[in-house]
Amino acid sequence: MAVYLCLVGLVETFRLRWIIANVIGLGQMMLLITAIVAGFVYARRVGGRTPAATGVSHDAPERVRVMLGGAAVGLLVGAALVVLLVVGSRVALRLMFVNASPTLYSLLTFGYDLGPGSALLLLVEGVCGLVGTLLFLVPSGLRRTVLGGLVAVLILSVFQDLLQLLLQSPGPPQAVRGLLFGVDGPSWSGAALVCVVTWALLAAWTREGDHVRARLAGLPPAGRRGFRAGVLAVGIVALLLIPIAGGPFVAQVMVLVGLYTLMGLGLNLEVGFAGLLDLGFVAFFAIGAYTVALLTSRGEQGIAHWSFWAAVPAAVVVSLLAGVLFGIPVLRVRGDYLAIATLGLGEIVRIMVLSDALRPWLGGSFGILAIPRPVFFGLTLGGPQQLYYLTLVASALVAYIAWRLQDSRLGRAWMAIREDEDVAQAIGIDLVSTKLLSYGLGGAMGGMGGAIFAVMLGSVFPHSFNLQISINVLVLIILGGMGSLWGVVVGALALVGLPELLREFGEYRFLIYGAVLVAMMLYRPEGLVPAAAQKRELHEGTADEAGTGTIAVAAGNVGAAEGRGG
Amino acid sequence: MPILVTEQMTKRFGGLVAINALDLEVTDRVIHSIIGPNGAGKTTVFNCVTGFYRPEEGRILFRDERVDGLLPDQIARLGIARTYQNIRLFGNMSVLENVLVGQHVHLKSTWVGAILHTPDTQRHERDALDESRKLLRFVELDRKSGFLAKNLPYGDQRRLEIARALATRPALLLLDEPAAGMNPRESLEMMAFIRRLRDELGITILLIEHQMRVVMGISDRVTVLDYGTKIAEGTPREVQGDPRVIEAYLGTRRTLPASEHSTAPRRLDPPGGSPA
Repeated sequence: MAVYLCLVGLVETFRLRWIIANVIGLGQMMLLITAIVAGFVYARRVGGRTPAATGVSHDAPERVRVMLGGAAVGLLVGAALVVLLVVGSRVALRLMFVNASPTLYSLLTFGYDLGPGSALLLLVEGVCGLVGTLLFLVPSGLRRTVLGGLVAVLILSVFQDLLQLLLQSPGPPQAVRGLLFGVDGPSWSGAALVCVVTWALLAAWTREGDHVRARLAGLPPAGRRGFRAGVLAVGIVALLLIPIAGGPFVAQVMVLVGLYTLMGLGLNLEVGFAGLLDLGFVAFFAIGAYTVALLTSRGEQGIAHWSFWAAVPAAVVVSLLAGVLFGIPVLRVRGDYLAIATLGLGEIVRIMVLSDALRPWLGGSFGILAIPRPVFFGLTLGGPQQLYYLTLVASALVAYIAWRLQDSRLGRAWMAIREDEDVAQAIGIDLVSTKLLSYGLGGAMGGMGGAIFAVMLGSVFPHSFNLQISINVLVLIILGGMGSLWGVVVGALALVGLPELLREFGEYRFLIYGAVLVAMMLYRPEGLVPAAAQKRELHEGTADEAGTGTIAVAAGNVGAAEGRGG
Repeated sequence: MPILVTEQMTKRFGGLVAINALDLEVTDRVIHSIIGPNGAGKTTVFNCVTGFYRPEEGRILFRDERVDGLLPDQIARLGIARTYQNIRLFGNMSVLENVLVGQHVHLKSTWVGAILHTPDTQRHERDALDESRKLLRFVELDRKSGFLAKNLPYGDQRRLEIARALATRPALLLLDEPAAGMNPRESLEMMAFIRRLRDELGITILLIEHQMRVVMGISDRVTVLDYGTKIAEGTPREVQGDPRVIEAYLGTRRTLPASEHSTAPRRLDPPGGSPA
């Protein structure tokens, strides 16, 4: 474990580049968090899973031992860093590790010389390890509160650019901004304020949360419906206000999120509902984009000069047909082979567009230019803020369709195919039409995304439609939760929105992607927002006693019936 | 009147003859069992009848209509349903959804209707829900309709699989070892349940079962297979006394080439033997 922690400590070291506030940098913060997490993990290993339930940590000596252990683990992390420091001061590590710079060393030693700096580092990491164990030993409510405050401060620092942008308008927002942020970043007082406010809110929720929830559950159905409608209304208003409050940059990011949501919803029909893995999904996106481009372009490739509103349905129909065509050759292909076959089909579309043969019509690598912006009752939807609303409406429409399909006869047939294709066929489900509908409808949704993409850029180029997009869409579905509609939205936000907003993470984005994905598959394979079925299962997990009760009753019934029979 | 007839049905896997010129006649509204040692070709018969395999020779007639060569879903629509030796439920769907999806072929709603949420679609869905609840009551699972199928205890899974098969409204139901892995008490329960299927729902049952107590207790007619060949047929009593059946089960040394068949004694699985 020590070696592992050293490695983690080292790995973390090479990312110490983003110093955000004046007082403490995010890089330093990560080191401290490493030690805290290490301490926490250690305490959980030693002290049993839940401190309150096991009672191991109730007697004082045990507690002290766990705490000392945690401190030792923290020291180990510190020691690993000190080793790095010592080695770094002797050997030119920079030849191999570009980031092992003097800045890094001065960061690690808190600006002091090697000797006192190392001692301080050891001390701090030890304390952090101790804090980690303490976090484990305190009741969960308190733990949640403390962590919540820290997370709030972290969010404040990570999203400072975005938040400052949002708080730009004069009046109260500007005052809040002045309160929270200094010139270089979050100010001492701002961070403290956010932390304390979060603490207060969380503490209140810990004390009153159950009470509030009980009252909500106790509401009459009409009242509960009203509450839900209220939440929905607030959400819709917030969605409508985003581009106004956030400005063009945020709107642009949200348009991208919307496009990925459209594609995610489409791919979700195939992968999430029907279990048909598709690595060539970008083909539909491309087909939708090129259809709109051909039908509306004022350039030399344009063939019809249609308006955008006439071209979108055409693009949807064309990509639906493309989906069906796409599905035919892979009908009998399953599992791994399906992944490879769809990968090939996706590439075929891209290469065909690039080919010289189709160049007179599709423009080859020069693409199709001069796609006019859509005009809505005299208003040109040019900028990202206007396109945002277009994307929002399209996503909402597509999400509604997916939601309706989910619990329909067709949706159930898809799920059955996903679960067991042979059995699905044996209960009378026509595999051919059901699978083709999945590819067709999924493709149509992707095509709609492509249509908006085309007018967003005003031009289409083959290189926009590479494999990376297919993979991104697939990953966002997995991240959000297979077969879950909200999962698609959350996945798109997390995978497309966050990286755009966190530009300064730059090249580390993909490192973080990878780590997050691996962690997700290990600890939460059902995704961030699991589909209904999985949620139901989790729900049953909490009401386990009730469940076994029913089983016991059922067993009793069997026994009684048996008695009658004999 | 026979509901299912196979004429000289032969199924080969490479050089192995899994079913050899089988003539089988299942009369309407009976419980007809197929028994035989492990590897006798019982499940292969099921797979041929349901269209999962295509026999190389012979014909299969269901209500005087040829079904060999049809796809499994087409055969299901004609009225043949089955269960599986190793239970094959849609594990990540709820109990209710498993039965709902079983009604697939009888629902008329289309995907366009579903998107538009037409009154017709809503009515069809309501009817389907009612029907499913009725079926779940019949198999005594109505109180577990929200559970995921994979979380049900073993016996419940067996009954749910039958409920899903019943949802297709079959005239002929093929049960592959429905009492496998059950203790004597549960087996008795299952026997009573299978009788109800025939008596209350008027379904013809074709049954594969290893537990002799079950087979002899509920069958109207028994066919005995060995190495894909029918070696005996008749009432349970007639079959029990047949010397060829005893020989097949107790494994008298045979004069078959050793390369093709093991000469080791083959026995019935003990009652309540291993599932699957």
